[in-house]
Amino acid sequence: MPAVSKGDGMRGLAVFISDIRNCKSKEAEIKRINKELANIRSKFKGDKALDGYSKKKYVCKLLFIFLLGHDIDFGHMEAVNLLSSNKYTEKQIGYLFISVLVNSNSELIRLINNAIKNDLSSRNPTFMCLALHCIANVGSREMAEAFAGEIPRILVAGDTMDSVKQSAALCLLRLYKASPDLVLMGEWTSRVVHLLNDQHMGVVTAAISLITCLSSKNPDEFKTCVSLAVSRLSRIVSSASTDLQDYTYYFVPAPWLSCKLLRLLQCYPPPEDGAVKGRLVECLETILNKAQEPPKSKKVQHSNAKNAILFEAISLIIHYDSEPNLLVRACNQLGQFLQHRETNLRYLALESMCTLASSEFSHEAVKTHIETVINALKTERDVSVRQRAADLLYAMCDRSNAKQIVAEMLSYLETADYSIREEMVLKVAILAEKYAVDYSWYVDTILNLIRIAGDYVSEEVWYRVIQIVINRDDVQGYAAKTVFEALQAPACHENMVKVGGYILGEFGNLIAGDPRSSPLVQFNLLHSKFHLCSVPTRALLLSAYIKFINLFPETKATIQEVLRSDSQIRNSDVELQQRAVEYLKLSSIASTDVLATVLEEMPPFPERESSILAKLKKKKGPGAVSVELEDGKERGELNGGGDRGGDASTPSPSADLLGLRSTAPVSGTTPSAGSLLVDVFSEAGPSATSAGVNDDGFLSSAPPTVASEDPAPPLPESDELLNKFVCKNNGVLFENQLLQIGIKSEYRQNLGRMYLFYGNKTSVQFVSFNTTVSCPGELQSHILQLEPLVEGGAQVQQVINIECLTDFIDAPLLNIKFRYGGALQNISLKLPVTINKFFQPTEMAAADFFQRWKQLSQPQQEAQKIFKASHGMDTEVLKAKLLGLGTALLENVDPNPENYVCAGVIQTKAQQVGCLLRLEPNAQAQVHTHKCILLDSRLIMCHQCKSILNSC
Amino acid sequence: MQFMLLFSRQGKLRLQKWYVPLSDKEKKKITRELVQTVLARKPKMCSFLEWRDLKVVYKRYASLYFCCAIENQDNELITLEIIHRYVELLDKYFGSVCELDIIFNFEKAYFILDEFLLGGEAQDTSKKNVLKAIEQADLLQENRPRQFFFLSAQLTTEKPL
Repeated sequence: MPAVSKGDGMRGLAVFISDIRNCKSKEAEIKRINKELANIRSKFKGDKALDGYSKKKYVCKLLFIFLLGHDIDFGHMEAVNLLSSNKYTEKQIGYLFISVLVNSNSELIRLINNAIKNDLSSRNPTFMCLALHCIANVGSREMAEAFAGEIPRILVAGDTMDSVKQSAALCLLRLYKASPDLVLMGEWTSRVVHLLNDQHMGVVTAAISLITCLSSKNPDEFKTCVSLAVSRLSRIVSSASTDLQDYTYYFVPAPWLSCKLLRLLQCYPPPEDGAVKGRLVECLETILNKAQEPPKSKKVQHSNAKNAILFEAISLIIHYDSEPNLLVRACNQLGQFLQHRETNLRYLALESMCTLASSEFSHEAVKTHIETVINALKTERDVSVRQRAADLLYAMCDRSNAKQIVAEMLSYLETADYSIREEMVLKVAILAEKYAVDYSWYVDTILNLIRIAGDYVSEEVWYRVIQIVINRDDVQGYAAKTVFEALQAPACHENMVKVGGYILGEFGNLIAGDPRSSPLVQFNLLHSKFHLCSVPTRALLLSAYIKFINLFPETKATIQEVLRSDSQIRNSDVELQQRAVEYLKLSSIASTDVLATVLEEMPPFPERESSILAKLKKKKGPGAVSVELEDGKERGELNGGGDRGGDASTPSPSADLLGLRSTAPVSGTTPSAGSLLVDVFSEAGPSATSAGVNDDGFLSSAPPTVASEDPAPPLPESDELLNKFVCKNNGVLFENQLLQIGIKSEYRQNLGRMYLFYGNKTSVQFVSFNTTVSCPGELQSHILQLEPLVEGGAQVQQVINIECLTDFIDAPLLNIKFRYGGALQNISLKLPVTINKFFQPTEMAAADFFQRWKQLSQPQQEAQKIFKASHGMDTEVLKAKLLGLGTALLENVDPNPENYVCAGVIQTKAQQVGCLLRLEPNAQAQVHTHKCILLDSRLIMCHQCKSILNSC
Repeated sequence: MQFMLLFSRQGKLRLQKWYVPLSDKEKKKITRELVQTVLARKPKMCSFLEWRDLKVVYKRYASLYFCCAIENQDNELITLEIIHRYVELLDKYFGSVCELDIIFNFEKAYFILDEFLLGGEAQDTSKKNVLKAIEQADLLQENRPRQFFFLSAQLTTEKPL
């Protein structure tokens, strides 16, 4: 019979539960419960002292009622009384009640803590365990205050029973998670780490959860756990399935412990000790090999346990991101799973591959599975699997497959589940922008998005297409034409009307030559949509109309007629009425000149991070932080092309679309420089993160911890970092285990603005977060202070304005201080501000150039340097570098076509310093001669240029 | 692990264990949302889903759904086997366990869970060790005669898990 009450049956309880189950309605249930509550209350209040059994029974009934979802406001005292019972089951029920129903009644907490204290010191292991379970279940701050000092002692004491140790370890973990400041491991650290060596597998299993949590927060103090974990893992992996007796689960030796060991290792970089590392690689290889062996059992538990270890091993391989061989094997293994008949495995393989896609070693290997993933997107029956497939397509997308992936995602959108449409739209918009080689494709893609899933296209998406069209004059005509055609559809989405209104209002003139899209036809087309639109769209259209009056004077009468109509000028909506009145008046009284000034074409938008990306991040929630940071890194790398020279002149697909500076002169670089730029800057991606790289090429685990409150000396790598940013303005400036700093900057004349993005890579908040900038006297900076708290996983942005007063040598120092889990972090970096950032490119003809060149023959006006061509002699690479420097590259000026000449003016507040430059490659010797001529006789600048060129 | 919920096909909550501090209101909201989401899924679908910023791992045994919410870096498959091991423990303790055992002996279900998982992490994964702890406790109880009783026949027809 199933309904046997084991152990001590409480018959009254069983009858009560049975009664409740027999209740036919909610009302009947409530009635029965109220009756019971009244009964219990009278028993508790009665004169007769209740025996332990009755008390236990009634407390248990109350608990049952609470778990049914009803409120309980009494019985706490009786439960507390049970805690001091000598009978185990009474005590146990008392603790259960407290665990489930504890409230912060201070009087009660004191009594509870007293009872717990007694049980902890009782030396009765079962009582001790009960008390520890209660602390772990409640986990409140009061309990941490009372017991955080005692529990570590119990955990490491020699005479503590194994079962008590296990409970103590996890109890401590819970307290540490809730109140890390109260749990001080200090003197216990090494003994806790050595629990990894314990004979009892259960003790290791429990302790490792604690050690993993502590290690992730204080990696340095616990780093001795790495070699212990590796040897423990190695013993398990190489053991026969029967060796571990009860810890073998369906023929898999200790799967839980294996997973936890692999997880612990993910708190650290690869082991530095060669022997340990070799042993670990061997383990990982064995795990990968075992995946190919025939299963020892047909049970799903066997394959789940085995694959759990495999996935955890793959996570570790991805975390190390340093063993190409293992990464490719992992990718192949996941490739097999992509076609597995188990849905769970397909899901996990798609998920895991997403992270593999961001590793440079395995990105290509992941890409080979594109057809399978596209197929999954089309045929998987489970939306959560399709979602994973979409995520993976997004992650594996690069220039080579962007068109295919975007097309597939667009076609999937037509039938996609409503729950994931908005996210899909954002992803398509981001990919289309990021990998747009020709912007007509980008415009087509976004308009298709609006057509297919207009309801899910958020403001950010259509704002962005407009920003890009405004900033790129080569696509404006195409955009006007396309949007005009899209508006011909009898039913088009309101978002299409918004984009159409805005673009035709700005650039309708570009297609007005064609009689099929004459000004009046354009206006009539827009106005035919007007009455179906919401107020904000109508307001936008009114602005488009007034722009039309400026663009096409011949439409003035028609439009004024519309504005004058009652439905506009007397519109009940204040905004619409005001626009109609003001625009009408403006068009009637202002002269053509005034009108042309007021309604001038929109100036280019300043460069900024795509708000779409921000939106996607927000949507994905704080849990997806790692992905975000990954993404940020990638962007940093890709935006490397977004420096002034680079994106001004090349339609580089790697350039941030808004990196465009319409004022920068476009010299005749060939479009192919786009792909070259990528090569030039591809070094910046991985190496920009090199702040924490040690000699082995592994990310170092040690966050720079300096106890002093004084700003730390700049990192030794900061000069090297500075050089990385000579020719580019965006990228990852710094990264360690805790913090990532991304940078975007823009310069105009002698002013610069920097956006620093501080990403908290941990799940714990940084407190007292403070940044300062110290500048040499030649520079002036203004920094907007941040909030002192940076939440775990959050990214905060800081703006720094810089003004160059006169020429300078030393870069400004950025100091960052914050507390992470109590420890002060103090990091100093050089901000990548070099004199060349203030270059204005200057175009000049050959005669002009050489006349100036000759004038400047004073020795102190000249600097010359011969150096090795570290980046080879490729023309396009060199051109890209020189443009990146910020000067204008003058074509057809030097009689020797091998040479490159450049001109620019360095803008400082004090003066403008002209600068001419000639680069003479010597192909035979693989060296360059740089000759740098300055209009001003300041040698200091000369040397600056020299060192900058040197770093190119 | 952040929490574990056991609920029936009809959406009745049978056991709830929370390893993170949440208010009663939040707990009720989460339970309602998650029960709805999981019950709406078809049998052959995958056992994992993204939910808020957590991962949900669930499995159905006869009439009961076992559902765990884990953090992003946690391992889905091993969580699935945590669930299975818990079912095995219940099964061993009750002798082919069914939903009714858990209803009528809810306190035991909690005790077994506490011996197996503490603060959301496995204390011990050996079936023998966990049950030893429970059985030792049963031996310690006061010497009341064990009571066996039967419930109306219609209730006992439920399938074992």
